Amino acid sequence: MATVSTNEFRGGLKIMLDGEPCAIIENEFVKPGKGQAFNRVKIRKLISGKVLEKTFKSGESVEKAEIMDSELAYLYNDGEFWHFMNNETFEQIAADTKAIGDNQKWLVEQDTCIITLWDGNPIAVTPPNFVELEVTETDPGLKGDTAGTGGKPATLSTGAVVRVPLFIQIGEIIKVDTRSGEYVSRVK
Amino acid sequence: MTTQSHSANVWQPTANIETLKQRAQIIQQIRQFFVSRKVLEVETPSLSQHGVTDLHLENLTAHYRGPGFASGVDLYLQTSPEFAMKRLLAAGSGCIFQLAKAFRDDEFGRQHNPEFTMLEWYRVGFDRALLMNEVADLVKTVLKVPRCDAYTYQQLFLTHLQLDVLTCSFADLTNKLQQIERADIIDLADDKTGLLQVMFAELIEPNIAADVPCFVYHFPAEQASLARLNKDDPRVAERFELYFKGIELANGFDELTNADEQLKRFEHDNVLRVHNGKAAKSIDMRLIAALNAGLPQCSGVALGVDRLIMLALGAKSIEEVIAFPLTRC
Repeated sequence: MATVSTNEFRGGLKIMLDGEPCAIIENEFVKPGKGQAFNRVKIRKLISGKVLEKTFKSGESVEKAEIMDSELAYLYNDGEFWHFMNNETFEQIAADTKAIGDNQKWLVEQDTCIITLWDGNPIAVTPPNFVELEVTETDPGLKGDTAGTGGKPATLSTGAVVRVPLFIQIGEIIKVDTRSGEYVSRVK
Repeated sequence: MTTQSHSANVWQPTANIETLKQRAQIIQQIRQFFVSRKVLEVETPSLSQHGVTDLHLENLTAHYRGPGFASGVDLYLQTSPEFAMKRLLAAGSGCIFQLAKAFRDDEFGRQHNPEFTMLEWYRVGFDRALLMNEVADLVKTVLKVPRCDAYTYQQLFLTHLQLDVLTCSFADLTNKLQQIERADIIDLADDKTGLLQVMFAELIEPNIAADVPCFVYHFPAEQASLARLNKDDPRVAERFELYFKGIELANGFDELTNADEQLKRFEHDNVLRVHNGKAAKSIDMRLIAALNAGLPQCSGVALGVDRLIMLALGAKSIEEVIAFPLTRC
């Protein structure tokens, strides 16, 4: 079991807490004048996504989480699992609904995603920051409106719904920021 | 730190030059404050043959070998200039102040650098309340705040956690932490004093001193350190701390002048150190001898200058106000 001391704590470090892998978001060294030093740490639980604050005695060691991020291409969904492939080794990995979460609406075939593996098993999938998707449903907008004010909802081929400018029509391909879920531009 | 992008700028200061100019002005302001009050500026060594016995303070060490010590001697970098300044007071210096470099092992973070600047001063004939007033005057001058608040340690725990620290037990504290769902704090300490210190840092400090600096005084006797106990209620010590915006800024005492009592406290510190798996430290008998010769009744305080500058300039990290912190020194 690999351990890591609080002296090595920093944002991004992955540790085990209550049997769940976690990522450190923020780490602060606290030393009350005459008291025991400790670390005040903000942590994200990688499976539940829960963010919490916790204190650790300074100098204490905790178990390191065996977390690895790998870049894999999305292949297809068989109804139960989402399949990804390493384009160099052709090794395939299947992720379940829990690991995919809300991100299934951003998965585009052949797009490279970051798959977070804990002890070799996928626990999270991060889509590319930008994806290009086809508009499958939206109200016809006013021709010639280029100001983009107000906008309207549009349903994309994956089921995602984003706000788009009024000039966007069914059948067009648009670029979306997956982190904010916002429309970026029209793809020609 | 071997990558190109890192090595390219590691020679540069973390504080910008404009900040260092403002820092210099504040240092001038501090000197002027004491000159106008006729307090003598002194210098005492950063190196000493003795360290401190505090359970939670660790000295950095150095080694000297040469004339005077042919076979070598271990020297401790001072965690504060307190002992040497008290020897000057016992020798008849009168009121003194010092802007000193202080050193502490194992302390580095947003508010900590292992080498830092400390303002320490002693006022002969002042009691705790009088010295608190003077600290408030200095802080009002530098930070341009209208006033400082003041509460006893007991009042704050009663107000914020409904606990009477002078009568409650360790179990009362852990029950409270369970009740407010902060049981994680319990693991940080194994006795009442240790737990009170972390509870203060986690649960009280964030709720005080947001708008104006706040003094906390009459610490429980177990946290007396080098302060005398209150004449009417020996459960509390004539010790105070000053906090502002989540920063611990100063720590002061109505100084203990009794040599026997001071020696007992140092020896007790060492018992606690050994109990906690740390090495006992040699006791500075030169300080004890000075107290035996007679330390005049006085009050003294240590104030973190880098932190004062952080507050004056609104800096978020100590690195913004010192030229070369640990990672660039």
